[in-house]
Amino acid sequence: FFPLQTHSLQDMRQQPSIAAKVFIQRDYASGTMCQFQTKFPPELENRIDKQQFEETVRTLNNLYMEAEKLGGQSYLEGCLACLTAYTIFLCMETHYEKVLKKIAKYIQEQNDKIYAPRGLLLTDPIERGLRVVSFLEKEMHCQKKLTPYFLVLFLGCFLLQFLVSKPARKHC
Amino acid sequence: MRDCEYQQIDPQTLTVPSVPAVAVPSVTSPTSSDVLHPQKSTHKLRRKWEVFPGRNRFYCDGRIILARQSGVLPLTLGLILLTSGLFFIFDCPFLVEHLTRTIPAIGGILFFFVVISLLQTSFSDPGILPRATPDEAADVEKHIDNSGSSTYRPPPRTKEVVINDQVVKLKYCFTCKMFRPPRTSHCSLCDNCVERFDHHCPWVGNCVGRRNYRFFYTFILSLSFLTAFIFGCVITHLTLRSQQHGLVRALQDSPASVVELVICFFSVWSILGLSGFHTYLVASNLTTNEDIKGSWSTKRGVEESGNPYSYNSIITNCCAVLCGPMPPSLIDRRGFVEVETLASQAEVPSMVTKNDPNMDTKVLSDSTTLPWFVVGQHTLRSVQAMPDTLTGCTEDASRIQDFSSPRQPNMASFSPSWKKTSNKTVTQMWRAQKGPFSLNSFGALCSTTCTFKWDST
Repeated sequence: FFPLQTHSLQDMRQQPSIAAKVFIQRDYASGTMCQFQTKFPPELENRIDKQQFEETVRTLNNLYMEAEKLGGQSYLEGCLACLTAYTIFLCMETHYEKVLKKIAKYIQEQNDKIYAPRGLLLTDPIERGLRVVSFLEKEMHCQKKLTPYFLVLFLGCFLLQFLVSKPARKHC
Repeated sequence: MRDCEYQQIDPQTLTVPSVPAVAVPSVTSPTSSDVLHPQKSTHKLRRKWEVFPGRNRFYCDGRIILARQSGVLPLTLGLILLTSGLFFIFDCPFLVEHLTRTIPAIGGILFFFVVISLLQTSFSDPGILPRATPDEAADVEKHIDNSGSSTYRPPPRTKEVVINDQVVKLKYCFTCKMFRPPRTSHCSLCDNCVERFDHHCPWVGNCVGRRNYRFFYTFILSLSFLTAFIFGCVITHLTLRSQQHGLVRALQDSPASVVELVICFFSVWSILGLSGFHTYLVASNLTTNEDIKGSWSTKRGVEESGNPYSYNSIITNCCAVLCGPMPPSLIDRRGFVEVETLASQAEVPSMVTKNDPNMDTKVLSDSTTLPWFVVGQHTLRSVQAMPDTLTGCTEDASRIQDFSSPRQPNMASFSPSWKKTSNKTVTQMWRAQKGPFSLNSFGALCSTTCTFKWDST
């Protein structure tokens, strides 16, 4: 996941031009329901498959639709809550919360299977107030953090080579 | 080349939440872009409510949320308790003796509904939208202001969406740094964007929005029934007494009834009127805000209303508003956040984040509830913020912020100044896990028959 590799300083300088965060905004075409745009962002062009991205976002949209669906279960829950002066919300997990847990699980699954191997991290929109779905690049930050250690390693190897070759030259 | 390296490893550009910000060792020479260089930073775990930027007050470790100005909530509660108390003590015995026992039973049920729904309306999150993080705000800026022109205050930004064949304008909120979702409005009293914003009610001391509208509606409906019920019972009581001894004697025998009569008489009209108005709003799936603004004024001769959110059926609208799924609180008050406190005495750049003045002021004014966790330069700035009025402070900050934002359209996440300007760097967040039961001090205090868990997330 975090490969140990040396990078030339030229590479490091070029990397900041790639965005480390990509945000997928909300799609309000169906009103106030929580839906995200399925348009493929150009920043992820070379990182992930378009089909995969669309499938992920579409599944998330379906899950949110399920959470906010007006159906038998939600009406039953609502009526029961109304009759008990909404005190059952204190002891019961609502349908919405159950679906949110499902969503969190799905996102974890997607991260483990698809996005983490590509160096991306999909964040749960609930962490951002259901405003955006964001893709973070993990690889870059890791590389940035390990840069000084790469340099030290590189220099160390260089010095070691020099020390090893010096006695050999003496013999010659 | 050396500068390039150290910019790349500048911890303040790290935006991955799982990576904590690490202080750069002092071996590196500070560059010109690295003005606010922390010499020493400590990480403290705080609850999110402690660093909440809006004008709200929190109690019971974030379980209870109120607007900063509680308004006339104590008066509301006091009047209800007084009237109901007098009713149960002075009128009920007589009526039970002369009529039926169901009178105090009905009164009790209505009283229970009124108090519970009032407390739920006042103490729950109305549907506050958390403010956009700096990188999100930068991303939005990038998409709308590609010209790169920097004006002191950008013109109001709107985005149009089509919902159910109706064109809806989404406005950009300069305080929360995001395009407001449909039906969302920014409450100036609470300084928060609230989803499906209805109105800010001073009687309950909180905004009425998506999450607590059903509590509010239950409150006014049950209160109108309770008021009418008490009014009727008191009239009956006085009538029965006056039949025996005459009206004057009846009034003298039961002075409490006079008090109840006066209170109920003056409040029943307004409360009944309000209930009727909100019943109309629920049936047409409108908010007070939209109704007052006339956003969806119906045209004559057109059957369907212009309201794109209406289901065009009264029953469906009522069910959707009152019995729909209960959305969760998005602000996660009891979640944890890692706050980096800086001990540096370095110069503060002119660009400041919106959060800080609010937080400073909130921290200073709520000293009884919030621990003092701000050190160094932040302390100095917060002391300076004290003489300013709250609105003055926030306006200055937002002006400065708006000036800064158009200058960085392409620095989505590699914008060191975003992170540098905030003295408190939010680096790690955990969402609080909701358990099925939790007792707290407030619950123990106010529950006599059952335990409460107030809207914890």
